[in-house]
Amino acid sequence: MSLADNHIVSSFDDDLNQLADKLAEMGGLCEKLVGESVDALVRRDIPLARRVIEWDRAIDRLQHEIEERGIMTIARRAPVAIDLRQVVGALRIANDLERIGDLAKNIAKRVVALDGQFQPPKLAGGVAHIADLTLAQLKEVLDAYTRRDDKRALEVWTHDGEIDALYNSLFRELLTYMMEDPRNIGFCAHLLFCAKNIERIGDHATNVAETVYYVVHGVPLTEDRPKADLVSADFD
Amino acid sequence: MDATAVAKSAPANIGARPQPLGEPKIIARDVNVHYGEKHALKNVTLDVPEKAVMAFIGPSGCGKSTFLRCINRMNDTVASAKVSGLIQIDDQNIYDPSLDVVQLRARVGMVFQKPNPFPKSIYENVAYGPRIHGLARNKAELDEIVESSLKKASLWNEVKDRLNDTGTGLSGGQQQRLCIARAIAVSPEIILMDEPCSALDPIATARVEELIEEIRRNYTIVIVTHSMQQAARVSQRVAFFHLGILVETGETEKIFTSPNDKRTQDYITGRFG
Repeated sequence: MSLADNHIVSSFDDDLNQLADKLAEMGGLCEKLVGESVDALVRRDIPLARRVIEWDRAIDRLQHEIEERGIMTIARRAPVAIDLRQVVGALRIANDLERIGDLAKNIAKRVVALDGQFQPPKLAGGVAHIADLTLAQLKEVLDAYTRRDDKRALEVWTHDGEIDALYNSLFRELLTYMMEDPRNIGFCAHLLFCAKNIERIGDHATNVAETVYYVVHGVPLTEDRPKADLVSADFD
Repeated sequence: MDATAVAKSAPANIGARPQPLGEPKIIARDVNVHYGEKHALKNVTLDVPEKAVMAFIGPSGCGKSTFLRCINRMNDTVASAKVSGLIQIDDQNIYDPSLDVVQLRARVGMVFQKPNPFPKSIYENVAYGPRIHGLARNKAELDEIVESSLKKASLWNEVKDRLNDTGTGLSGGQQQRLCIARAIAVSPEIILMDEPCSALDPIATARVEELIEEIRRNYTIVIVTHSMQQAARVSQRVAFFHLGILVETGETEKIFTSPNDKRTQDYITGRFG
Protein backbone atom coordinates (compact mmCIF):
# COMPACT_ATOMS: atom_id res chain seq x y z
CA MET A 1 0.00 0.00 0.00
CA SER A 2 1.45 3.33 -1.04
CA LEU A 3 1.77 6.24 1.32
CA ALA A 4 0.79 9.75 0.33
CA ASP A 5 3.23 10.67 -2.41
CA ASN A 6 1.34 11.18 -5.62
CA HIS A 7 -1.39 13.76 -5.25
CA ILE A 8 -1.61 16.29 -8.05
CA VAL A 9 -1.55 18.92 -5.30
CA SER A 10 1.75 18.01 -3.66
CA SER A 11 1.10 20.06 -0.52
CA PHE A 12 -1.70 17.58 0.19
CA ASP A 13 0.97 14.86 0.29
CA ASP A 14 2.96 17.06 2.67
CA ASP A 15 -0.03 17.43 4.99
CA LEU A 16 -0.64 13.69 5.15
CA ASN A 17 3.04 12.84 5.51
CA GLN A 18 3.53 15.34 8.29
CA LEU A 19 0.57 13.83 10.07
CA ALA A 20 2.12 10.37 9.74
CA ASP A 21 5.53 11.70 10.90
CA LYS A 22 4.04 13.26 14.00
CA LEU A 23 2.26 10.02 14.77
CA ALA A 24 5.49 8.06 14.37
CA GLU A 25 7.18 10.47 16.77
CA MET A 26 4.37 10.04 19.26
CA GLY A 27 4.49 6.25 18.91
CA GLY A 28 8.24 6.20 19.55
CA LEU A 29 7.82 8.33 22.62
CA CYS A 30 5.06 6.06 23.92
CA GLU A 31 7.25 2.99 23.54
CA LYS A 32 10.02 4.74 25.43
CA LEU A 33 7.78 5.84 28.29
CA VAL A 34 6.13 2.46 28.70
CA GLY A 35 9.55 0.79 28.79
CA GLU A 36 10.97 3.32 31.22
CA SER A 37 7.97 3.27 33.53
CA VAL A 38 8.38 -0.50 33.93
CA ASP A 39 12.15 -0.13 34.36
CA ALA A 40 11.51 2.43 37.05
CA LEU A 41 9.16 0.01 38.76
CA VAL A 42 11.48 -2.99 38.60
CA ARG A 43 14.56 -1.03 39.66
CA ARG A 44 12.67 1.28 42.03
CA ASP A 45 14.25 4.19 40.18
CA ILE A 46 12.44 7.27 41.48
CA PRO A 47 14.26 9.87 39.29
CA LEU A 48 13.43 7.81 36.18
CA ALA A 49 9.78 7.60 37.27
CA ARG A 50 9.71 11.39 37.67
CA ARG A 51 11.11 11.81 34.17
CA VAL A 52 8.37 9.58 32.76
CA ILE A 53 5.74 11.70 34.52
CA GLU A 54 7.33 14.81 33.05
CA TRP A 55 7.56 13.38 29.52
CA ASP A 56 3.90 12.41 29.39
CA ARG A 57 3.20 16.09 28.73
CA ALA A 58 5.09 15.83 25.45
CA ILE A 59 2.76 13.01 24.40
CA ASP A 60 -0.26 15.14 25.24
CA ARG A 61 1.18 17.99 23.21
CA LEU A 62 1.76 15.71 20.23
CA GLN A 63 -1.77 14.40 20.43
CA HIS A 64 -3.04 17.95 20.40
CA GLU A 65 -0.91 18.80 17.42
CA ILE A 66 -2.02 15.71 15.48
CA GLU A 67 -5.63 16.54 16.20
CA GLU A 68 -5.19 20.10 14.95
CA ARG A 69 -3.40 18.97 11.81
CA GLY A 70 -6.02 16.32 11.16
CA ILE A 71 -8.88 18.76 11.54
CA MET A 72 -7.07 21.30 9.38
CA THR A 73 -6.55 18.68 6.68
CA ILE A 74 -10.21 17.70 6.75
CA ALA A 75 -11.25 21.35 6.55
CA ARG A 76 -8.87 22.34 3.78
CA ARG A 77 -8.54 19.23 1.65
CA ALA A 78 -11.89 17.50 2.14
CA PRO A 79 -10.14 14.13 1.94
CA VAL A 80 -12.02 11.08 0.67
CA ALA A 81 -11.37 7.34 0.40
CA ILE A 82 -7.82 6.33 1.43
CA ASP A 83 -6.90 9.92 2.33
CA LEU A 84 -9.91 10.23 4.62
CA ARG A 85 -9.06 6.91 6.24
CA GLN A 86 -5.47 8.05 6.79
CA VAL A 87 -6.60 11.19 8.57
CA VAL A 88 -9.28 9.49 10.64
CA GLY A 89 -6.84 6.68 11.40
CA ALA A 90 -4.21 9.14 12.60
CA LEU A 91 -6.72 10.85 14.90
CA ARG A 92 -7.85 7.54 16.37
CA ILE A 93 -4.34 6.20 16.87
CA ALA A 94 -3.24 9.45 18.48
CA ASN A 95 -6.07 8.99 20.99
CA ASP A 96 -4.94 5.46 21.81
CA LEU A 97 -1.33 6.57 22.15
CA GLU A 98 -2.33 9.40 24.44
CA ARG A 99 -4.09 6.89 26.69
CA ILE A 100 -1.03 4.65 26.61
CA GLY A 101 1.06 7.62 27.75
CA ASP A 102 -1.34 8.23 30.62
CA LEU A 103 -1.14 4.59 31.70
CA ALA A 104 2.67 4.71 31.65
CA LYS A 105 2.54 7.89 33.70
CA ASN A 106 0.24 6.18 36.18
CA ILE A 107 2.76 3.37 36.63
CA ALA A 108 5.48 5.95 37.21
CA LYS A 109 3.34 7.75 39.80
CA ARG A 110 2.90 4.49 41.68
CA VAL A 111 6.66 4.00 41.68
CA VAL A 112 7.02 7.43 43.29
CA ALA A 113 4.27 6.60 45.79
CA LEU A 114 5.98 3.34 46.73
CA ASP A 115 9.16 5.16 47.75
CA GLY A 116 10.24 3.88 51.16
CA GLN A 117 7.64 1.12 51.37
CA PHE A 118 8.40 -2.52 51.98
CA GLN A 119 9.24 -3.97 48.57
CA PRO A 120 10.19 -7.62 48.09
CA PRO A 121 12.24 -7.32 44.90
CA LYS A 122 11.19 -10.56 43.18
CA LEU A 123 7.51 -9.60 43.14
CA ALA A 124 7.95 -7.11 40.32
CA GLY A 125 9.35 -9.81 38.04
CA GLY A 126 5.95 -10.98 36.80
CA VAL A 127 4.98 -7.41 35.94
CA ALA A 128 8.21 -7.01 33.97
CA HIS A 129 7.35 -10.12 32.00
CA ILE A 130 3.86 -8.97 31.00
CA ALA A 131 5.37 -5.56 30.20
CA ASP A 132 7.91 -7.12 27.81
CA LEU A 133 5.15 -8.88 25.94
CA THR A 134 3.03 -5.74 25.77
CA LEU A 135 5.92 -3.58 24.65
CA ALA A 136 6.63 -6.05 21.84
CA GLN A 137 2.97 -5.80 20.78
CA LEU A 138 3.15 -2.01 20.85
CA LYS A 139 6.35 -1.95 18.76
CA GLU A 140 4.85 -4.39 16.31
CA VAL A 141 1.61 -2.47 15.83
CA LEU A 142 3.43 0.84 15.38
CA ASP A 143 5.58 -0.80 12.70
CA ALA A 144 2.43 -2.21 11.13
CA TYR A 145 1.03 1.31 11.03
CA THR A 146 4.16 2.82 9.49
CA ARG A 147 4.12 0.18 6.75
CA ARG A 148 0.34 0.02 6.50
CA ASP A 149 0.82 -3.72 6.99
CA ASP A 150 -2.58 -5.23 7.72
CA LYS A 151 -1.20 -8.73 8.25
CA ARG A 152 1.11 -7.67 11.05
CA ALA A 153 -1.69 -5.62 12.55
CA LEU A 154 -3.92 -8.67 12.49
CA GLU A 155 -1.23 -10.67 14.25
CA VAL A 156 -1.02 -8.12 17.06
CA TRP A 157 -4.78 -8.19 17.28
CA THR A 158 -4.95 -11.97 17.70
CA HIS A 159 -2.06 -12.12 20.18
CA ASP A 160 -3.58 -9.83 22.78
CA GLY A 161 -5.12 -12.91 24.42
CA GLU A 162 -1.66 -13.89 25.66
CA ILE A 163 -1.32 -10.66 27.60
CA ASP A 164 -4.76 -11.18 29.10
CA ALA A 165 -3.84 -14.73 30.12
CA LEU A 166 -0.61 -13.55 31.70
CA TYR A 167 -2.46 -10.87 33.57
CA ASN A 168 -4.83 -13.50 34.97
CA SER A 169 -2.02 -15.66 36.28
CA LEU A 170 -0.21 -12.61 37.68
CA PHE A 171 -3.42 -11.62 39.47
CA ARG A 172 -3.53 -15.01 41.19
CA GLU A 173 0.15 -14.93 41.99
CA LEU A 174 -0.08 -11.53 43.65
CA LEU A 175 -3.13 -12.70 45.63
CA THR A 176 -1.03 -15.55 46.97
CA TYR A 177 1.72 -13.15 48.07
CA MET A 178 -0.80 -10.97 49.81
CA MET A 179 -2.29 -13.91 51.67
CA GLU A 180 1.16 -15.16 52.62
CA ASP A 181 2.21 -11.96 54.30
CA PRO A 182 -0.08 -8.98 54.90
CA ARG A 183 2.94 -6.66 54.75
CA ASN A 184 3.00 -7.37 51.01
CA ILE A 185 -0.51 -6.08 50.47
CA GLY A 186 0.27 -2.41 49.87
CA PHE A 187 3.00 -3.10 47.41
CA CYS A 188 1.14 -5.91 45.67
CA ALA A 189 -1.97 -3.78 45.28
CA HIS A 190 0.13 -1.17 43.49
CA LEU A 191 1.72 -3.89 41.38
CA LEU A 192 -1.70 -5.19 40.49
CA PHE A 193 -2.74 -1.76 39.27
CA CYS A 194 0.49 -1.53 37.29
CA ALA A 195 -0.23 -4.91 35.72
CA LYS A 196 -3.75 -3.80 34.90
CA ASN A 197 -2.36 -0.63 33.30
CA ILE A 198 -0.05 -2.72 31.17
CA GLU A 199 -2.89 -5.01 30.19
CA ARG A 200 -4.85 -1.89 29.17
CA ILE A 201 -1.88 -0.74 27.09
CA GLY A 202 -2.16 -4.06 25.28
CA ASP A 203 -5.83 -3.32 24.62
CA HIS A 204 -4.91 0.05 23.13
CA ALA A 205 -2.36 -1.72 20.93
CA THR A 206 -5.17 -3.89 19.59
CA ASN A 207 -7.26 -0.77 18.99
CA VAL A 208 -4.39 0.58 16.92
CA ALA A 209 -4.28 -2.74 15.06
CA GLU A 210 -7.97 -2.39 14.27
CA THR A 211 -7.38 1.13 12.98
CA VAL A 212 -4.50 -0.03 10.77
CA TYR A 213 -6.79 -2.69 9.33
CA TYR A 214 -9.47 -0.08 8.70
CA VAL A 215 -7.03 2.32 7.05
CA VAL A 216 -5.85 -0.41 4.69
CA HIS A 217 -9.19 -2.06 3.88
CA GLY A 218 -11.84 0.57 4.48
CA VAL A 219 -13.93 -1.87 6.52
CA PRO A 220 -13.75 -2.52 10.25
CA LEU A 221 -12.36 -5.72 11.70
CA THR A 222 -15.54 -7.43 12.76
CA GLU A 223 -14.67 -10.87 14.05
CA ASP A 224 -14.72 -11.23 17.81
CA ARG A 225 -11.26 -11.08 19.25
CA PRO A 226 -10.38 -14.01 21.55
CA LYS A 227 -10.73 -12.56 25.04
CA ALA A 228 -8.95 -14.13 27.96
CA ASP A 229 -9.14 -11.50 30.67
CA LEU A 230 -11.32 -13.62 32.97
CA VAL A 231 -10.54 -11.69 36.12
CA SER A 232 -12.40 -8.55 35.20
CA ALA A 233 -14.75 -9.99 32.59
CA ASP A 234 -17.78 -9.04 34.65
CA PHE A 235 -16.72 -5.46 35.22
CA ASP A 236 -15.81 -4.32 31.71
CA MET B 1 -42.69 0.31 31.39
CA ASP B 2 -39.58 -1.42 32.65
CA ALA B 3 -36.76 1.07 32.11
CA THR B 4 -34.00 -1.52 31.93
CA ALA B 5 -35.90 -3.45 29.28
CA VAL B 6 -36.07 -0.30 27.18
CA ALA B 7 -32.37 0.34 27.58
CA LYS B 8 -31.44 -3.21 26.67
CA SER B 9 -33.58 -3.56 23.57
CA ALA B 10 -32.14 -0.88 21.32
CA PRO B 11 -34.27 -0.18 18.26
CA ALA B 12 -33.40 -2.57 15.48
CA ASN B 13 -32.56 0.22 13.05
CA ILE B 14 -29.71 1.64 15.13
CA GLY B 15 -26.45 1.00 13.37
CA ALA B 16 -28.28 -0.61 10.46
CA ARG B 17 -27.17 -0.09 6.88
CA PRO B 18 -29.14 2.49 4.90
CA GLN B 19 -32.20 1.15 3.13
CA PRO B 20 -31.40 -0.44 -0.21
CA LEU B 21 -32.46 1.68 -3.15
CA GLY B 22 -35.60 0.98 -5.13
CA GLU B 23 -36.09 -0.83 -8.40
CA PRO B 24 -34.08 0.43 -11.34
CA LYS B 25 -35.89 3.13 -13.31
CA ILE B 26 -33.41 3.12 -16.15
CA ILE B 27 -31.42 0.13 -17.27
CA ALA B 28 -28.59 0.32 -19.79
CA ARG B 29 -27.00 -2.75 -21.36
CA ASP B 30 -23.86 -2.70 -23.50
CA VAL B 31 -24.33 0.87 -24.59
CA ASN B 32 -21.75 2.06 -27.11
CA VAL B 33 -21.51 5.53 -28.58
CA HIS B 34 -19.35 6.54 -31.53
CA TYR B 35 -18.81 10.10 -32.68
CA GLY B 36 -17.59 9.35 -36.18
CA GLU B 37 -14.34 7.45 -35.62
CA LYS B 38 -14.19 8.19 -31.91
CA HIS B 39 -15.45 5.43 -29.64
CA ALA B 40 -16.77 7.66 -26.84
CA LEU B 41 -18.62 5.13 -24.69
CA LYS B 42 -17.68 1.47 -24.43
CA ASN B 43 -20.08 -1.28 -23.34
CA VAL B 44 -21.73 0.61 -20.53
CA THR B 45 -24.06 -1.52 -18.44
CA LEU B 46 -25.74 0.30 -15.60
CA ASP B 47 -28.92 0.52 -13.53
CA VAL B 48 -30.26 3.86 -12.33
CA PRO B 49 -32.44 3.43 -9.20
CA GLU B 50 -35.88 5.00 -9.06
CA LYS B 51 -36.55 8.07 -6.91
CA ALA B 52 -32.95 8.56 -5.93
CA VAL B 53 -30.02 10.66 -7.07
CA MET B 54 -27.29 9.00 -9.07
CA ALA B 55 -24.13 10.99 -9.73
CA PHE B 56 -21.88 10.43 -12.75
CA ILE B 57 -18.30 11.43 -12.06
CA GLY B 58 -15.09 11.23 -14.03
CA PRO B 59 -12.51 13.39 -15.77
CA SER B 60 -13.44 15.55 -18.76
CA GLY B 61 -14.03 13.50 -21.86
CA CYS B 62 -14.71 10.30 -19.94
CA GLY B 63 -18.15 9.83 -21.49
CA LYS B 64 -20.38 10.71 -18.56
CA SER B 65 -22.17 13.54 -20.35
CA THR B 66 -22.38 11.41 -23.48
CA PHE B 67 -24.14 8.73 -21.49
CA LEU B 68 -26.43 11.28 -19.84
CA ARG B 69 -27.43 12.52 -23.28
CA CYS B 70 -28.30 9.00 -24.37
CA ILE B 71 -31.00 8.85 -21.70
CA ASN B 72 -33.17 11.47 -23.42
CA ARG B 73 -31.78 10.84 -26.89
CA MET B 74 -30.10 14.22 -27.09
CA ASN B 75 -27.38 12.53 -29.09
CA ASP B 76 -29.92 12.14 -31.92
CA THR B 77 -29.24 15.79 -32.69
CA VAL B 78 -25.52 15.14 -33.21
CA ALA B 79 -25.16 14.03 -36.83
CA SER B 80 -22.00 11.95 -36.32
CA ALA B 81 -23.22 10.18 -33.17
CA LYS B 82 -24.13 6.52 -33.37
CA VAL B 83 -25.67 4.85 -30.32
CA SER B 84 -25.97 1.08 -29.96
CA GLY B 85 -27.01 -1.20 -27.14
CA LEU B 86 -30.12 -1.13 -25.01
CA ILE B 87 -31.50 1.64 -22.83
CA GLN B 88 -34.85 1.04 -21.16
CA ILE B 89 -36.97 3.28 -19.02
CA ASP B 90 -39.61 1.26 -17.16
CA ASP B 91 -38.99 -1.72 -19.46
CA GLN B 92 -39.52 0.40 -22.55
CA ASN B 93 -36.72 0.58 -25.09
CA ILE B 94 -36.21 4.29 -25.65
CA TYR B 95 -34.42 3.69 -28.96
CA ASP B 96 -37.46 1.87 -30.34
CA PRO B 97 -38.09 3.53 -33.73
CA SER B 98 -41.80 3.80 -33.00
CA LEU B 99 -41.16 5.84 -29.86
CA ASP B 100 -42.10 9.52 -29.91
CA VAL B 101 -38.95 11.41 -28.95
CA VAL B 102 -40.90 14.51 -27.95
CA GLN B 103 -42.92 12.43 -25.49
CA LEU B 104 -39.72 10.83 -24.23
CA ARG B 105 -38.19 14.23 -23.52
CA ALA B 106 -41.32 15.23 -21.63
CA ARG B 107 -40.71 12.23 -19.38
CA VAL B 108 -37.00 12.93 -19.14
CA GLY B 109 -36.30 16.56 -18.29
CA MET B 110 -32.91 18.16 -18.49
CA VAL B 111 -31.07 20.95 -16.72
CA PHE B 112 -27.86 22.25 -18.22
CA GLN B 113 -24.57 23.59 -16.97
CA LYS B 114 -25.35 27.19 -17.82
CA PRO B 115 -28.79 28.40 -16.86
CA ASN B 116 -30.61 28.92 -20.16
CA PRO B 117 -33.99 30.52 -19.49
CA PHE B 118 -35.99 31.54 -22.55
CA PRO B 119 -35.84 35.30 -23.19
CA LYS B 120 -39.40 35.53 -21.98
CA SER B 121 -41.17 36.24 -18.70
CA ILE B 122 -40.64 34.05 -15.67
CA TYR B 123 -44.23 32.87 -16.05
CA GLU B 124 -43.80 31.96 -19.71
CA ASN B 125 -40.58 30.07 -19.03
CA VAL B 126 -42.48 27.65 -16.82
CA ALA B 127 -45.80 27.71 -18.72
CA TYR B 128 -44.29 26.95 -22.11
CA GLY B 129 -43.81 23.20 -21.66
CA PRO B 130 -47.20 22.40 -20.10
CA ARG B 131 -48.88 24.48 -22.78
CA ILE B 132 -47.26 22.73 -25.77
CA HIS B 133 -47.81 19.33 -24.17
CA GLY B 134 -51.47 20.21 -23.48
CA LEU B 135 -51.18 19.59 -19.75
CA ALA B 136 -53.54 22.45 -18.82
CA ARG B 137 -57.11 22.88 -20.01
CA ASN B 138 -57.39 26.54 -19.09
CA LYS B 139 -55.55 29.54 -17.73
CA ALA B 140 -56.38 28.68 -14.12
CA GLU B 141 -54.85 25.23 -14.44
CA LEU B 142 -51.79 26.65 -16.13
CA ASP B 143 -51.43 29.22 -13.35
CA GLU B 144 -51.56 26.40 -10.86
CA ILE B 145 -48.87 24.38 -12.65
CA VAL B 146 -46.62 27.46 -12.82
CA GLU B 147 -47.10 28.19 -9.15
CA SER B 148 -46.58 24.61 -7.97
CA SER B 149 -43.51 24.16 -10.20
CA LEU B 150 -41.94 27.35 -8.91
CA LYS B 151 -42.73 26.25 -5.37
CA LYS B 152 -41.15 22.84 -5.93
CA ALA B 153 -38.11 24.62 -7.30
CA SER B 154 -38.00 26.81 -4.16
CA LEU B 155 -38.27 29.93 -6.28
CA TRP B 156 -41.88 30.97 -5.76
CA ASN B 157 -41.34 33.30 -2.81
CA GLU B 158 -38.61 35.15 -4.64
CA VAL B 159 -40.53 35.71 -7.89
CA LYS B 160 -44.26 35.58 -7.11
CA ASP B 161 -44.57 39.36 -7.33
CA ARG B 162 -42.75 39.68 -10.61
CA LEU B 163 -43.86 36.75 -12.73
CA ASN B 164 -43.99 39.00 -15.79
CA ASP B 165 -40.39 40.13 -15.44
CA THR B 166 -37.98 38.55 -17.86
CA GLY B 167 -36.36 35.28 -16.72
CA THR B 168 -32.93 36.35 -17.88
CA GLY B 169 -33.02 39.23 -15.38
CA LEU B 170 -32.79 36.84 -12.43
CA SER B 171 -29.52 36.01 -10.68
CA GLY B 172 -27.58 32.97 -11.89
CA GLY B 173 -28.80 30.77 -9.07
CA GLN B 174 -32.38 31.90 -9.53
CA GLN B 175 -32.11 31.28 -13.28
CA GLN B 176 -30.94 27.74 -12.62
CA ARG B 177 -33.83 27.11 -10.26
CA LEU B 178 -36.14 28.60 -12.91
CA CYS B 179 -34.75 26.04 -15.35
CA ILE B 180 -35.44 23.29 -12.81
CA ALA B 181 -39.00 24.64 -12.38
CA ARG B 182 -39.36 24.59 -16.17
CA ALA B 183 -38.19 20.97 -16.25
CA ILE B 184 -40.53 19.99 -13.43
CA ALA B 185 -43.54 21.75 -15.01
CA VAL B 186 -44.13 18.98 -17.56
CA SER B 187 -44.20 16.35 -14.76
CA PRO B 188 -41.21 14.35 -15.89
CA GLU B 189 -40.25 11.08 -14.20
CA ILE B 190 -36.55 11.60 -14.68
CA ILE B 191 -34.47 14.76 -14.44
CA LEU B 192 -31.00 14.84 -15.97
CA MET B 193 -28.64 17.49 -14.68
CA ASP B 194 -25.43 18.26 -16.49
CA GLU B 195 -23.18 20.11 -14.02
CA PRO B 196 -26.08 22.23 -12.81
CA CYS B 197 -24.05 24.17 -10.24
CA SER B 198 -20.76 24.75 -11.99
CA ALA B 199 -21.66 28.37 -12.76
CA LEU B 200 -23.12 29.09 -9.33
CA ASP B 201 -21.69 30.51 -6.12
CA PRO B 202 -21.75 28.35 -2.94
CA ILE B 203 -25.02 29.81 -1.64
CA ALA B 204 -26.83 29.30 -4.94
CA THR B 205 -25.25 25.84 -5.15
CA ALA B 206 -26.53 25.00 -1.68
CA ARG B 207 -30.04 26.12 -2.70
CA VAL B 208 -29.96 23.88 -5.77
CA GLU B 209 -28.63 20.96 -3.71
CA GLU B 210 -31.34 21.50 -1.12
CA LEU B 211 -33.83 21.46 -3.97
CA ILE B 212 -32.40 18.22 -5.35
CA GLU B 213 -32.68 16.69 -1.89
CA GLU B 214 -36.35 17.71 -1.73
CA ILE B 215 -37.42 16.59 -5.17
CA ARG B 216 -35.59 13.28 -5.21
CA ARG B 217 -38.48 11.66 -3.36
CA ASN B 218 -40.63 12.13 -6.46
CA TYR B 219 -38.16 12.02 -9.32
CA THR B 220 -35.33 9.90 -10.55
CA ILE B 221 -32.36 12.22 -10.83
CA VAL B 222 -29.10 11.73 -12.67
CA ILE B 223 -26.49 14.40 -12.12
CA VAL B 224 -23.17 14.87 -13.84
CA THR B 225 -20.77 16.79 -11.65
CA HIS B 226 -17.10 17.62 -11.47
CA SER B 227 -17.37 18.37 -7.79
CA MET B 228 -16.60 15.27 -5.75
CA GLN B 229 -18.03 16.97 -2.71
CA GLN B 230 -21.27 17.66 -4.53
CA ALA B 231 -21.53 14.04 -5.63
CA ALA B 232 -20.88 12.97 -2.04
CA ARG B 233 -23.47 15.40 -0.71
CA VAL B 234 -26.41 14.88 -3.03
CA SER B 235 -26.26 11.36 -4.42
CA GLN B 236 -27.14 7.91 -3.13
CA ARG B 237 -25.27 6.12 -5.90
CA VAL B 238 -22.21 7.05 -7.89
CA ALA B 239 -20.94 5.85 -11.25
CA PHE B 240 -17.32 6.57 -12.14
CA PHE B 241 -16.45 6.82 -15.84
CA HIS B 242 -12.96 6.87 -17.28
CA LEU B 243 -11.90 6.87 -20.95
CA GLY B 244 -15.35 5.85 -22.10
CA ILE B 245 -15.58 2.95 -19.67
CA LEU B 246 -17.83 2.64 -16.66
CA VAL B 247 -15.17 1.74 -14.11
CA GLU B 248 -17.20 1.38 -10.96
CA THR B 249 -20.64 1.99 -9.61
CA GLY B 250 -21.74 1.73 -6.01
CA GLU B 251 -23.34 3.33 -3.01
CA THR B 252 -22.07 6.84 -2.44
CA GLU B 253 -20.72 6.09 1.05
CA LYS B 254 -18.78 3.12 -0.27
CA ILE B 255 -17.32 5.01 -3.23
CA PHE B 256 -16.12 7.87 -1.06
CA THR B 257 -14.74 5.82 1.82
CA SER B 258 -13.37 2.70 0.15
CA PRO B 259 -13.84 2.40 -3.59
CA ASN B 260 -13.02 -0.96 -5.15
CA ASP B 261 -11.11 0.21 -8.17
CA LYS B 262 -7.75 1.96 -7.97
CA ARG B 263 -8.71 4.30 -10.84
CA THR B 264 -11.74 5.47 -8.86
CA GLN B 265 -9.60 6.05 -5.80
CA ASP B 266 -6.94 7.92 -7.76
CA TYR B 267 -9.54 10.17 -9.34
CA ILE B 268 -11.58 11.07 -6.27
CA THR B 269 -8.50 11.64 -4.12
CA GLY B 270 -6.84 13.85 -6.73
CA ARG B 271 -4.05 11.48 -7.74
CA PHE B 272 -4.64 11.09 -11.45
CA GLY B 273 -1.32 10.80 -13.25
